[in-house]
This record gives sequence, structure tokens and C-alpha cells, in this order.
Amino acid sequence: MRINTREELEARRKEYAASLKTQKKQILICAGTGCVAGGSLNIYAKMQEILIKRGIKCALVLEKEPHGDSVGLKKSGCHGFCEMGPLLRIEPSGLLYIKVKTEDCEEIIEESIVNDRVIDRLVYHDPQGKPYEKQEEIPFYKQQTRVALEDCGRINAESIKEYIAVGGYQAVAKALFDMTPQQLVDEVSKASLRGRGGGGFPTGRKWSQVLAQKEEVKYVVCNGDEGDPGAFMDRSMMEGDPHRVIEGMLIAGIATGAHYGYIYVRAEYPLAVERLQTAISKAEEKGLLGKNILNSGFDFELKISQGAGAFVCGEGSALTASIEGNRGMPRVKPPRTVEKGLFEKPTVLNNVETYCNVPPIISKGAEWYQTIGPKNNHGTKAFALTGNVMNTGLIEVPMGTTLREVIFDIGGGVKGGAFKAVQIGGPSGGCLCINPTEDHLDLHLDFDSLKKVGAMIGSGGLVVMNDKSCMVEVARFFMNFTQNESCGKCIPCREGTKRMLELLNDICEGRGTMNHITLLEELAETISATALCGLGKTAASPVVSTMKYFREEYLAHVVDKKCPAGQCKALVSLQIDPKLCKGCSKCARLCPVGAISGEVKKPFTIDTSKCIKCGACKEGCSFHAVKEV
Amino acid sequence: METKDQKILDEILKSHSYDQTAVIGIMQEIQKVYRYLPEEMLCYIAKKLHLSEAKVYGVATFYENFSLEPKGKYVIKICDGTACHVRQSTAILNEIRGILGVTEAKPTTEDMMFTVETVSCLGACGLAPVCTVNDVVHPAMTPEKARELIRELQENADKDAGEEAADEN
Repeated sequence: MRINTREELEARRKEYAASLKTQKKQILICAGTGCVAGGSLNIYAKMQEILIKRGIKCALVLEKEPHGDSVGLKKSGCHGFCEMGPLLRIEPSGLLYIKVKTEDCEEIIEESIVNDRVIDRLVYHDPQGKPYEKQEEIPFYKQQTRVALEDCGRINAESIKEYIAVGGYQAVAKALFDMTPQQLVDEVSKASLRGRGGGGFPTGRKWSQVLAQKEEVKYVVCNGDEGDPGAFMDRSMMEGDPHRVIEGMLIAGIATGAHYGYIYVRAEYPLAVERLQTAISKAEEKGLLGKNILNSGFDFELKISQGAGAFVCGEGSALTASIEGNRGMPRVKPPRTVEKGLFEKPTVLNNVETYCNVPPIISKGAEWYQTIGPKNNHGTKAFALTGNVMNTGLIEVPMGTTLREVIFDIGGGVKGGAFKAVQIGGPSGGCLCINPTEDHLDLHLDFDSLKKVGAMIGSGGLVVMNDKSCMVEVARFFMNFTQNESCGKCIPCREGTKRMLELLNDICEGRGTMNHITLLEELAETISATALCGLGKTAASPVVSTMKYFREEYLAHVVDKKCPAGQCKALVSLQIDPKLCKGCSKCARLCPVGAISGEVKKPFTIDTSKCIKCGACKEGCSFHAVKEV
Repeated sequence: METKDQKILDEILKSHSYDQTAVIGIMQEIQKVYRYLPEEMLCYIAKKLHLSEAKVYGVATFYENFSLEPKGKYVIKICDGTACHVRQSTAILNEIRGILGVTEAKPTTEDMMFTVETVSCLGACGLAPVCTVNDVVHPAMTPEKARELIRELQENADKDAGEEAADEN
């Protein structure tokens, strides 16, 4: 049913909130990509089956006439603690169960829904064995501040009613009726909201430039082409709280006088596309998108455009080219996107997370927003914490939080070895580390602090690496990525990344010389200075930052022909430690090329001239006698 | 091109109102049906959208997701994003390629059952390393789990082939 006026929106909010409140208990099953892969949808189905079988009233959607004793069962957005998935949260107590299996469902209903007991085996225990019943008390969550992800994991991701119940679309009403476009732009500027997609460009300034354009047709575009390997914040927001993205875009439209919007989602995110599509249809049904929204006279039409697998489309002008149905290649600027963007019209182009920050800024005001984070870097930032870290997952912390707090307090420390480095900002970013001259662990994570050390926030991927990661190989990995994804339009990026990759391959495969290092440095400088778009300009960053902070490792590869981390296969050889070898002959049987020989019950040896370094012997040895040297 | 195929294409084109700017979406839908983009179909949509064949070909070859070669029944994508990479995804890729006897240059098996590809990032970094089989995510892979997965898929494939043969009889 359509919501025609602001008063009706408020009446509905009260009605839905009341309905939500009368649900005696709510079971929120994480339906983010991670937990779905872990089988959370089967758990949802099983829960539903048990509730029905036991005759417990089960509310899958908000009821019109709530009877006050039903149990709400819902699929929520990503809770963030992906390492421990599938996750299940019970409201109102805030109880969080981890690694839930379908076999646990019966017990959960009996113990925690029918009764009020806690199943100890399913709650989170820290490494010291201390149990945490409530989600908010778990160290992983305790240090977080959720603004963009406020509702993600708390409400049914597929329900517009629940979004309205928690105050959704109120910021749109405020923007339409209480504020002028100029005031909206000023509020966002005052909050000093900066682009969360990587660049950190002030959002308010972008909006004011579009507002100043005299053109009749303008566009609002949302960049959901989260291509940075190691990042999934935008994905979780689009999947977990799609209406917030829509609301943020609507406010951008109201502020700049744009009536058409596009959300560009990468093809690898089918669930995000599905949830956004559902959200758009529901918002249209309710009259919150389309003609004459809330009887204000303001129209806004929103469409989804799907990518087809091109990293470069995360760049503004390439993204708009892709929406227009062209090859996604960047163009020379100026004119900038704010002047001539999509279909040659003035365009507001922001990242998903940026839009998610807009509704609370408008509802609660810029002054509230300024209380979070340091000056000029206000607000929070969502990070995807991954790699060799205990608690991988999606986190949101105030800007200016230190790397130490993120990795050790929230992330629970490094997994499988000692801390070596953290890669931030994807293929355009750099590596942070501790070594004798630099200690980045107490570095504040915000736009300005990171810039000083040659890294960037990027879209927010934080990949932690332990001492088994070879930094030359990491640089090679990123160069391989960039080279693959280079659109080919400009020569510095197309040819330069290829040459840099060749040089890095040489170094990793033992053919490196000191010349290689000099050439790499020269190429990095040239590409940065001459490439056409932002992606090309920053393509060399991973190489430059690893060379700066891990120079010894490059030298070890080039001069000593050794890979200290043991990752570059050409530079390691396998040997059997005669002290540990029991002479069981398993390795000799595993070896595919017959390079291992020996007498049973005596130490075996590897013939390095035959060895292909496949590692089968090392993997198979029960006594850890095979070593890489 | 058969009439049946033409009908499918016309429906897809119609659902996009023959809009030139929707060419990427149109090709995605064609690929969903045929698992690749047959050349004659690209020519057909170019004609219907009043675009040059060169332009359509240009777009089709630009984006990673489009394939001009037929793909196998099971498309296995191994994520080689940063998070998966540092959790040893290369070992899984090598394992799967080894079992199926495919390479980077020849990603599809002779019997058209399997295609093995790498992707830059599937955005499931929390579960690294991951792979997908026809878009279903398999988390926290190891070479052993990969072997098991392939074995299961091969059994399914054999069963499907058996059923198809029975249908034809």
C-alpha cells in the first residue's frame, strides 16, 4: 500500500515498530554471503519447520494484527563475524550463537526460545575459554562503532517494513520537507563526509558542484563495483541493508536536483542484485521511489546496472561508460563527472558506503557526526578484515582507530605465524608493517594519516599477512592483477604493468639482478606520472611500498637467490633432515618424479636435480622432516 | 541460427526494449541461457539494436565475464583475491587443474563437463580460500576438499550423462 504523505510515513513507522516489538522473541539468521555458503539458509528452513511442527506461532513478516506471542524468524544481513559463521542472533536478549548447524536447531528452540536458557557450546569462547553470551560483549564487536552498518544484521534484509520500523526513510522526509537542497549540501559538507570508495574526496563539495549545474537532467550513480580483491564491505551493505543505500541516493537526488539514479553492481554479487531489486520494487510500491514521493512533488527513478567483470569500471568515467553500454574505459578529465558524467549529464557518483552514511547525517545532524573520528576525517569506516588473522570478517570502526586495535583487539591477532605486514587499499594501496625503522601498528587509520606513509584506505580491504608471506610475491600478485585488469587504453599502464610484471616474475624465479630493481623503480615512477586514470597512476603502489619497507627481502631474492619466506618455489630447495627422518619411505612413494631414495629405517635423501619442488613429500611427512631451505 | 534460438533472443531483446545501452545486460542474459556468446547471436543482436558488429564484439571481448567459447557444464571459479591468495589458493587451483587435466590456455575439459577459471575476488574473503561451482560458494577450501568436490561433481556428471543417454533411448 502506498505511503502518500509524511504523516502517513510516521503512522506506519509507529505501526510497524509496534508490530516488531510484540514479537516475543526474534531469531535473526545471518544471510550474508559467508553464512549462506556455510548453510545458513538450510538453518532458516529447519527453524521454520520446527517452529511450525511445535505449534509455535512463527512470524516471517511483520503481521498486521500482531497477537503478541509469535516468534519472529528472519534472514538478516551480514553480522560481520564471518569466521564464526553461520551466525544466529536471538532478540531481545542479544544472544549470539556461532557455527550453528541444522542439528542444533531443535535444541536452540527448546532451550533458548521456549525457555530462556543459554546453550554454552554454541556461544563464542575466547582463546582463553571465556564464554560470551551477548553479541555486543564479544571483543570483536565491543570496539566497533556502527553507523553505515547500524541495521545490518539487526533487521530482515528483505523487509521494507522493518526498515521503516527502525526509522527508515525519515531522513528522506526531513530532506524533502524541512531542508532546502543547499542546506542538505551544507550539512553533508559540515559533517566532512569523505568518499568511502578510496579517494576520500569531500562528498559535500561534489554535491555542491552538481547542484550548481544548470542542466535539467542530472544523475545520481552509486558505485557498487567493489573490485578490490580482499574487500566486501559494499557487498554486505547492499545485501544486508539495501534500503539504506536507496535512501542515501534519494537524499543525494533531492540535494542536487537529480531525478534518475543508477546502482552499478558487479556481476560477482548476484545476491546483492537480487536484494536491491526487491528493495527497489518494494520502495516503488510504497511510493518512496517514483513520482511525487510523499506528495512533495519530487520524482526519483532508480535502476540497477550490472557489471560484467572489469575492475577498471570502479573508476568513475569507466563506470558511466559501462552503464551506457560501452567498453568500460576511463576518459581524459576534465570535463569531470560532476559536469559531464553519465550520458554527458552532471552526475553525483558516490560509493555504497558513502551513501549509507548520508541518512544518519541528515537525521541526527552534522554535529553528531563530528563527534566520531578526528578532524577532517569524521565518521566511521568499514573494513574487510581478512588474510592471516584470527577473526576475519566485516568491521566498522571510528576513523582514526589504530591498526593495532583493529588487528589485535578486534581481529584477535595473527594466525599461523608472526605479524609481518598488512595490505591496505587493494591494488592501489600499499603495505604497512613493522621493521626496525618503521612501526605502523600505532598508525591511525584515516585518510590523511595513511597518505603520509604512502598507503590509502582504498575501499577498505585489510589483508593481514604473517611471516610466511613473501612480500616480493605479494607485489608480483598485485602486479599480475593490475596487468590483467588494465583496460589497455593508455600505454603507460598497458605496457608498463606488463614490463613490471616480467621483472617481478624474473625476481621470483631466481633470474633477478640489481638492474631489475632499478628498472622497477624507474617504471613505477613513469607509470605513476603518466597513466591516464587513477588505477594506472596507483598501479605501482604495492611494488613501491614493499620495496620501501621490505628492501632486504628483494635483495635476498636478487643477490642471495633466496626467498626468506619460502614462497618462491624456484628459490627454495627441499631437504630431508636426517635427524628427524625415521626412514618410513612414505616420501619416496609420494614423490611423482622418483627423486627420493633411501633405505628403509635410514634417513632418505632428495636428488635436487630431479626434484620438481611440488611439496608432496613435505605435505605427506608425518615427522616434519622435509624442510624448505 | 534456429528459429527456437531466435525466439529466445527476441524475447530477451524485447524485455530490454531494444535499448542500445542495455547491450551488456542483454549479453548477460544470452550467456545465462547458452553458457557462452555464439558469434551469430552477437551479429543478430547488433542488427536488432542498430549497433555495428564491431561495437558489440568490442564490448563482448572487453568484459571478463563474457565468453566467446562454449563453457563446460560445471564452471569452477577459484578465487585468487588477496585474502584467498595469502591463504594458499594457488595450491587449490593447481590441484583442480591437475585432476581435470586443464590449463590456463585450455580451461575446458574435452567432454565439455568442466571449465576451470580464476577470478580476481568473489568478495567472500572471510571464508578464504574459496571457489564456486556454478556460483555456489564452497568455503575454506583445501587441496583435499578440492579433490573430494571434484569427485562428487564427476559422479553427478556421470549420472547426468547416464540419464541423458537413457532419455535418448
